[in-house]
Amino acid sequence: MIASDFTTVLPEVLLSLYAMLALVVFVYTGKDRHAALSIWLTSGAFFLLALVLAMGTPTGAASFGGMFVDDSFARFCKIVILLSAALVLVMGQDYAAKHDMLKFEYPLLVALSVVGMMVMVSAGSLLTLYMGLELQSLALYVIAAFRRDSAKSTEAGLKYFVLGALSSGLLLYGTSLVYGFAGTVDFSGIMAATSDGNLSIGLLLGLVFVIAGMGFKVSAAPFHMWAPDVYEGAPTPVTAFFATAPKMAAMGLFARVVHDAFGGVTADWQQVVAVLSVFSMFLGAVAAIGQKDIKRLMAYSSIAHMGFALMGLAAGTLFGVQAMLIYMAIYISMNIGMFALILSMERDGRPVSDIASLSMLSKVQPLRALCVVLIMFSMAGVPPMVGFFGKFYVLRAAYEADMAWLAIAGVVASVIGAYYYIRIVYFLYFGGDSEPLDTQTPRRLTVILVASTAVITAGAAFSLFGIEPLAQVAAESLAN
Amino acid sequence: MSNLLSLITFIPLVAAVILALLARGDGEASQRNVKYLALAATGFTFLASLMLLSGFEPNDTGFQFVEERSWLLGMQYKMGVDGISLLFVLLTTFTMPLVVAASWNVTHRLKEYMIAFLVLESLMIGVFCALDLVLFYMFFEACLIPMFLIIGIWGGKERIYASFKFFLYTFLGSVLMLVAMVAMFADAGTTDMVVLLSHNFGSDTLTVAGFHIIGGAQTLMWLAFFASFAVKMPMWPVHTWLPDAHVQAPTAGSVVLAAILLKMGGYGFLRFSLPMFPVASDLLAPLVFWMSAIAIVYTSLVALAQQDMKKLIAYSSVAHMGYVTMGIFAANQQGIDGAIFQMLSHGFISGALFLCVGVIYDRMHTRDIDAYGGLVNRMPSYALIFMFFTMANVGLPGTSGFVGEFLTLMGIFQVNTWVALFAASGVILSAAYALWLYRRVVLGDLIKESLKSITDMAPREKIIFAPLVAMTLILGVYPALILDIIGPSVAALVETYHSNVAAHGIVSLAASTASH
Repeated sequence: MIASDFTTVLPEVLLSLYAMLALVVFVYTGKDRHAALSIWLTSGAFFLLALVLAMGTPTGAASFGGMFVDDSFARFCKIVILLSAALVLVMGQDYAAKHDMLKFEYPLLVALSVVGMMVMVSAGSLLTLYMGLELQSLALYVIAAFRRDSAKSTEAGLKYFVLGALSSGLLLYGTSLVYGFAGTVDFSGIMAATSDGNLSIGLLLGLVFVIAGMGFKVSAAPFHMWAPDVYEGAPTPVTAFFATAPKMAAMGLFARVVHDAFGGVTADWQQVVAVLSVFSMFLGAVAAIGQKDIKRLMAYSSIAHMGFALMGLAAGTLFGVQAMLIYMAIYISMNIGMFALILSMERDGRPVSDIASLSMLSKVQPLRALCVVLIMFSMAGVPPMVGFFGKFYVLRAAYEADMAWLAIAGVVASVIGAYYYIRIVYFLYFGGDSEPLDTQTPRRLTVILVASTAVITAGAAFSLFGIEPLAQVAAESLAN
Repeated sequence: MSNLLSLITFIPLVAAVILALLARGDGEASQRNVKYLALAATGFTFLASLMLLSGFEPNDTGFQFVEERSWLLGMQYKMGVDGISLLFVLLTTFTMPLVVAASWNVTHRLKEYMIAFLVLESLMIGVFCALDLVLFYMFFEACLIPMFLIIGIWGGKERIYASFKFFLYTFLGSVLMLVAMVAMFADAGTTDMVVLLSHNFGSDTLTVAGFHIIGGAQTLMWLAFFASFAVKMPMWPVHTWLPDAHVQAPTAGSVVLAAILLKMGGYGFLRFSLPMFPVASDLLAPLVFWMSAIAIVYTSLVALAQQDMKKLIAYSSVAHMGYVTMGIFAANQQGIDGAIFQMLSHGFISGALFLCVGVIYDRMHTRDIDAYGGLVNRMPSYALIFMFFTMANVGLPGTSGFVGEFLTLMGIFQVNTWVALFAASGVILSAAYALWLYRRVVLGDLIKESLKSITDMAPREKIIFAPLVAMTLILGVYPALILDIIGPSVAALVETYHSNVAAHGIVSLAASTASH
């Protein structure tokens, strides 16, 4: 029994062993002299692990007495998490080297948070969930404040920590209520306790608290307050990381809790999730309009995108989960491209993040400007870019679940949101003059930007690279 | 050739990619290459589309040249044309070489300019060929991207306001249509338009949030599509983006906008609203009639008051599109024939009028009517051509403008005489504003100092106008060229429409409730 249990968690075990071992080795060998090596090693490890997970078939087994699940859903999320984390690490290396951030601990902390995320999406009980969440969050708090000498970075770390702790508290309180009223923290146990379709008032309260806690993690409105400040304050490579892998993990976790544990009482959480979704979409769309800092703008944009992903979940169907997974994969590929641009925004060697500094980029760097334009239209949901398909899937999920009002609210919000995306296009192509940005950009950022643009532009022609059936298999492996 | 339609659709796109990858430098030689490549690509597309015309069988009312490939989520890549859409494809491929030729003097970011127009051409052709709901939406919506950039980069002083307004206005309309498309997909289980055309969408009265919706799901879907097409058309009162966009867009952009992009709205009504939601169309036709009548009278009056030539023509476009919407929802052979005819003829005439403005704008860099006067003294051939298209715009018999207006008025007269009366008054008003414009710009003495050295049209400019003059005349004296092609498809459309209305319409609904 124990042996097979450990086989199931082998990827997580290996990754944490790697992180701890590397920590010790680097401390005794050369510390920050090997920081670049540490980045390459870690992202190589992520990539390898993603490959292994993709090749193997999920055991489907619930190990450790059902506390840890290895199914297609978990694998799908893990592969997305690992790949995006690997890419983001590599993307940030030049920035880190230039701005005195190249410390060997950074990739290892990322590795630990990735372990946390992998545990989150594989959670089979509320306790595993909490363990994964805390491991992830603690590592993220540290890297948010990674530039200790920068007031903004430490402020970001502190804010994130305080609000994150609050959300963990909410989640834990909800867990305790659920434990009290269902008598178990296992998802299957909760499922059994609610199998008659009735939710006792205590369980309902617990559910709401758990959802609120998870709402913090996906930065859904009204639990979004930390996101803009943290995005703006954290060093840009860290922001890029925040915008990608942890979002996937948190959404995966969200789907798992509502479907695996509370799948029998869909109606009870559907409304809550739908309200979160509407709030996020509108807040993300409206609040981003006035932003002058591109990192803050990306924070609001991600809040709006989380609203759309939650729309898929709010449908309460497996197709909704599939739509959410596709949406998240698309969201992450767009964000990687966008952060490849933001990471290279520098003037006189200093990083800048005001949107106006992008003015007339199309004159100096036409290729990169074109890429950003396509990404912006994709984010706004204009076809033929893949961003449109993401929206199409979630709209369909919402409509089929008799939530046409949610779909209509979503498209209206997406029109409001389109304003600030095309505002960036305006700066790139017909804005006023400003001091030009440095044209020396690391080659790998350009490559990643172009590759990401190619993926999101050509996705429609290649049937979204076959992600649809994968997401379907993943969604179907959830209990419900 | 089994994939002729895909070929026609994607030649311009391929040319755009070649331009993007290969064209280098801003030198004169490289600019010339870019222009010739763009001209060759659009010209070749036009030739290929002529093969479409020669292979087309007018009496077959189904879709022809159909291509089908499976795609995501049960959607498919499906293309095909019938009598209704074929001529729009030709209008597009016909207009684009002229647009490229009219842009011969552009030097500011020429490569990007041509790429934008080539991409736009691909998308516009795609709109008229797509036979899958989502595919249609993709082409329809993607047109916004190049047009937004065209107005924004190469536009006039207020281009930023105009481009944002254009984008957000049309985007809001379209996303509502997207929701309706999702609903149709869910209801019919397919996005294949051929299947959807024969699918009966529910028309039983629904209650939504306390409101009784007569015509049920059909009405709601119809309204969502209407939001998109009415903005695109544009119909009063959602036309306000058009004058701004027209005025600020470069000449070529205005031509494309007037000649082709506006037609997507009318095409949409014919392809979706009328055949797929017959009950709702029947129910809401009076709304469309009166909106059209108001559009014709009101925007004609507004046109009278304009100081900017492009704005005047833009308002006249809105008025002319009023005839189109009115004709479509009259839902009889004359009305729809006339509407399609009017759209095609308006494509030539308004395109030519914008080119006329472009000719003098290139020389004087102003569109202010007061800055001109007496041009006939120095520009005789310009005066002739401008006069010809002014008359065509007014609807002089013998030009294509007359046929369209006459047929639509005849169509609407059989359905609603009062609307016909108001609409007919638009004919007089259009004569008023068009002739007055002509008098102020062309006739009179040449007294303005700045105009004393203005030159007449160059051969290149004359060549651009030649095909437009020819088409306007030919269609004016021999309309059967078009009517023979669209006739059978329109007849089939009208027949199924009326049988559907009779079977599911409100009259039969009332009868069934009475018998209970």
